[in-house]
Amino acid sequence: MCGLCGVLSHADHWTIGPAGLRDAGAGRPEADRHLQAFVANETLSLFGLKLESWGGRFVLRGRTGKTAVIDNLGTMWVEAERLLGRPCDPLDPAILAKLEAC
Amino acid sequence: MNERSEPIVANLLTGFLGAGKTSLLNRLLSRPALADTAVLINEFGSVGLDHLLVESVDDDIVLLKSGCICCTIRTDLKAAILSLFDRMRRGEIRRFSRLVIETTGLADPAPILATLSVDPMLKFHFRLGNVITVVDVPNGIHNIESFPESARQVAVADRIVISKADLAGPRELQALQDRLARMNPAAETVVLDETSYPAETLLLDTIHDLGARPAEVARWIAAEALEGEGHGHDHDVNQHGNIRALVIEADEPISWPRFALWLSMLIHRHGREILRLKGLIAIEGAETPVVIQGVQHLIHKPVHLDAWPDAARRTRIVIIGSGLDRELMQRSFDAFNLKRQPALSA
Repeated sequence: MCGLCGVLSHADHWTIGPAGLRDAGAGRPEADRHLQAFVANETLSLFGLKLESWGGRFVLRGRTGKTAVIDNLGTMWVEAERLLGRPCDPLDPAILAKLEAC
Repeated sequence: MNERSEPIVANLLTGFLGAGKTSLLNRLLSRPALADTAVLINEFGSVGLDHLLVESVDDDIVLLKSGCICCTIRTDLKAAILSLFDRMRRGEIRRFSRLVIETTGLADPAPILATLSVDPMLKFHFRLGNVITVVDVPNGIHNIESFPESARQVAVADRIVISKADLAGPRELQALQDRLARMNPAAETVVLDETSYPAETLLLDTIHDLGARPAEVARWIAAEALEGEGHGHDHDVNQHGNIRALVIEADEPISWPRFALWLSMLIHRHGREILRLKGLIAIEGAETPVVIQGVQHLIHKPVHLDAWPDAARRTRIVIIGSGLDRELMQRSFDAFNLKRQPALSA
């Protein structure tokens, strides 16, 4: 269960989008998670992290082998910062410069 | 018993000390259309005077006695709401289809909204309605500039009721309206004096109703235009005067997963500064926009609109917050969301 938002399952979280959007797109929870992980890894790779869809949830892996199991993107950043030991800030100019160079 | 398909609408009534919350509530509850309204009042200090003024709903009132809702008694808030619901279900009080939670004048509404929105039991029986903030003309600007709670109450409002308009001059009223428009241009504003009665739609039309959504979105778009005219560029350096609205825009459709990633990262790190967020999002592969709303760390479930509300089929996000750099926010949005390979090709 998400400590921040109290959500019991991945399917309830806002990050997966509105129902209509899911119906028009992949539509299956497994495919949604796969797509979310693919997109998240574009950014997480800048921090040396990798996200994988796993059994209805996600596993977040660090370079040193540390892992965290998460339910949704809402809790991912808490675990990402814990694994990294530093903030993940989308307004950090250094991160923005890396993304802009992609 | 209330069915799950018809959750009770929970509205939040807030405003600084002496702004006129209870007076407004009293006048609202005199309307027949709002007779099925229950009230929760949070008393601050040892004597709860406010409830004595709410006359028509005695049996439906629950007083929270432990202090300020937002900081010390969120479990009390949950317990009080569920207790009210159970009393209704047992037939001890009359049925109600609407709840008004009147906060203390010193409350930050955001944690209260979070409690209502994320607790599984509360979510099952209740849904969020409007955040109504009362600001009085004689003291409003002073309170906003002097007390962070007052500024935050304005920032998160869906409806702002300007009270006691007859107790000050037109210049003071205009100054307050200008200040409120800079801080929260997306909120509907209503001006009342001590004798006028507020429209019952303050409680009946909520921002989450499908029927009201087009009007709400039209208001956000108007707010965007206002910001574009320069009203959002407030250089006020008062301690709490740095709450302002900014708009992020994009012409091309974006990937929902990328947007969700960016927004989740943004609110994780900057949720305290982002007091309110409302947006129309143009999504790759979708004909109509997605509406997103949030308060601090809390993002409501996004919904699809049936149609675009205007000719400009582009992403527009109004963010109300403190200490936010618009150019940096736009740059961040662009870097995460634009000029990337389509995510659907994954």
